[in-house]
Amino acid sequence: MLPEPPPLVFTGVRLLDPASGLDAPGELLVRAGRIADLGPGPHARPDGAVVIDGAGGVLCPGLVDMRVALGEPGFEYRETLESAAEAAAAGGITTLAALPDSRPAIDDPALVHFLRMRGEATGSLTVLPYGALTRGCRGEEMAELGLLREAGAVAFTDGARAIGPARLMQRALAYARALGARIVQHPEEPSLAEGGAATSGELATRLGLPAIPACAEAMQVARDIRLAELTGGALHFAHVSTGEALDLIRAAKARGLAVTCDTAPPYFDLNETAIGDFRTYAKLSPPLRGEADRLAVVAALADGTIDAIASDHQPRDADDKRLPFAQAAPGGAGLATLLGVTLAQVHGGALDLARALSLLTAAPAALLGAEAGRLARGAPADLCLFAPDRAWRVAAGALPGKAQNTPFDGRPLEGVVTGTWKAGRRVFG
Amino acid sequence: MSGSARRHLLAIEGMQPPEILSLLDLAENYALLNRSGKTQRDLLRGRTLINLFFEDSTRTRTSFELAGKRLGADVINMAVATSSVNKGETLLDTAATLNAMHCDLLVVRHGQSGAPSLLARKVDAAVINAGDGTHEHPTQALLDALTIRRRKGRIAGLTVAICGDIAHSRVARSNIHLLGALGARVRVIGPPTLIPAEIGRLGVEVFHDMSAGLAGVDAVMALRLQTERMVRGLVPSAREYFRFWGLDADKLAAARPDALVMHPGPMNRGVEIDSAIADDPARSVIKEQVEMGVAVRMAVLDTLARAARRHAA
Repeated sequence: MLPEPPPLVFTGVRLLDPASGLDAPGELLVRAGRIADLGPGPHARPDGAVVIDGAGGVLCPGLVDMRVALGEPGFEYRETLESAAEAAAAGGITTLAALPDSRPAIDDPALVHFLRMRGEATGSLTVLPYGALTRGCRGEEMAELGLLREAGAVAFTDGARAIGPARLMQRALAYARALGARIVQHPEEPSLAEGGAATSGELATRLGLPAIPACAEAMQVARDIRLAELTGGALHFAHVSTGEALDLIRAAKARGLAVTCDTAPPYFDLNETAIGDFRTYAKLSPPLRGEADRLAVVAALADGTIDAIASDHQPRDADDKRLPFAQAAPGGAGLATLLGVTLAQVHGGALDLARALSLLTAAPAALLGAEAGRLARGAPADLCLFAPDRAWRVAAGALPGKAQNTPFDGRPLEGVVTGTWKAGRRVFG
Repeated sequence: MSGSARRHLLAIEGMQPPEILSLLDLAENYALLNRSGKTQRDLLRGRTLINLFFEDSTRTRTSFELAGKRLGADVINMAVATSSVNKGETLLDTAATLNAMHCDLLVVRHGQSGAPSLLARKVDAAVINAGDGTHEHPTQALLDALTIRRRKGRIAGLTVAICGDIAHSRVARSNIHLLGALGARVRVIGPPTLIPAEIGRLGVEVFHDMSAGLAGVDAVMALRLQTERMVRGLVPSAREYFRFWGLDADKLAAARPDALVMHPGPMNRGVEIDSAIADDPARSVIKEQVEMGVAVRMAVLDTLARAARRHAA
């Protein structure tokens, strides 16, 4: 066991807790790894307390990233837990949910324990494992969902693979309902998406790339909403990228169905033109869409249709990406840029800061059932301090952690994480 | 190309009409030179041209080889077996090897769209795209334009129909860009499963009926239909394809009486083109396309080598 850290007092910060609506200058006191007090201050300084002057920065809950592919187990050449933890801490992330389509897949209770413990061992990160919905994430027979849930799996998914057969999805939703767990879908009709490298349209035609119609997403979403209605199961769509799918989700929510969704920064910050000249770092799954879809994602962030923003971190190494476009592995590194790219929507006026941070903290924590994402007395002192207006530029090759495959290479951003604390211990800055 | 000192020839898209016209004019001269039996072996003397073909293509490779030799270059053919090597690591390893060999001109054919532009970022040589996946085949479009211009005296104002598998055709894409840049009206004709999404935004008219699409055109390009398209269910059968989209006398009757018949080769006789049409000396310019291919490639090699010399100086 590490020795207990000394008490901390944050001064000169703008306290921002989306869950309670707190947004005011103040102070925050940490004792024994938990938030002991917060408010306008000044607070009593306990003996031996370390005082941190936030210099007017925003102090918010440590970010909760609900969709991350780790390199472990099986792809350590792309990312290890240590390198992911380094990138997460630099990005202000203190809790993340790890996708199960590793090698081996997280389809056994022992592997759920393994991932949780590997996360704890970093000292800076809580890793919440998703359980594999099917054995080996192969899309065939259901994994032992009950045992996985008992071991601590937060929800079930086959990761980057869409749950294809309707009967499998129907049973998964029904069965997981009894376990109080969500099914997380990669919404892309598999037979339409097979072999595709770019979203269908003028650009894919010009570049001569195999294309996926954008409606492949809405088709899967429409079917799965119907199955959620049939079974009463809880369904979550990951990295939603099209206006048509978002319209379906908006309507399903209006009808009171247990349907939620997230998106990832590339889908509200970039459009398909980022792949011009065959830039494989911008090859993602789902593919980047046209500008109308990007705008629809921004609108859905603002109106509440989208419940959370996740990094959708997919580490790839140079050999995965230095290939002709159609052969290159899809996926982008996203941990270090999650906050900065989200804040671009705040600076651009589409979101207010509290709403943006809610999408990165309390909202994903609630979806995952995690004790995280709050600034409240007694809550774990997982904290992120950032200078919202400080400028920086994303540079592939200079990112924290191992994965350098950012689709945002060269993007100027405003909003720099100046410190990250996990259970009251400084892990970045 | 001459003006902006373009380093590589990767695509027609983005090329301006003056660049294209200067290449065509130079190629025209080389066509005359070739017919006269003279050579210009001092132009590329001491330069190394490597033909790097990841896909088999006897005709394009030979055409580049001949073009290089007629200008005096040392020409080396590197045939890369498609089965074992079409991975990018190998592509980039190959690039490193080529750099070590001090290759000046690199002619690349690859089955993947974008592979030559990936190589161009890694090699010192001037890269010439000899066909990449379903993206572009710039020298084919140049030779097609030269053939049309020699026969019709111009490109601007002509109507050209491109028929068949547009979706998987790099020839179609390069021709659409080039003919459009020079002021021709371009039509594409084919079954809906072989017409790519939003192709109209490239400035072409789309037809599914051959007679309607061929009405009044000045030139017809038939594209090769690969048997793989039938296997993948995009077209039910070769005989059905020929019935509706094969270029035969009946369908060609809709075109202007002096319309040129073109094909990038190699032909599937009886699938996309009827033998009687392909071999009709009054209509078919398919052999002349091959002849112009050498002239166009000489012009491209000459121009890129000059640009490289200026770049070095």
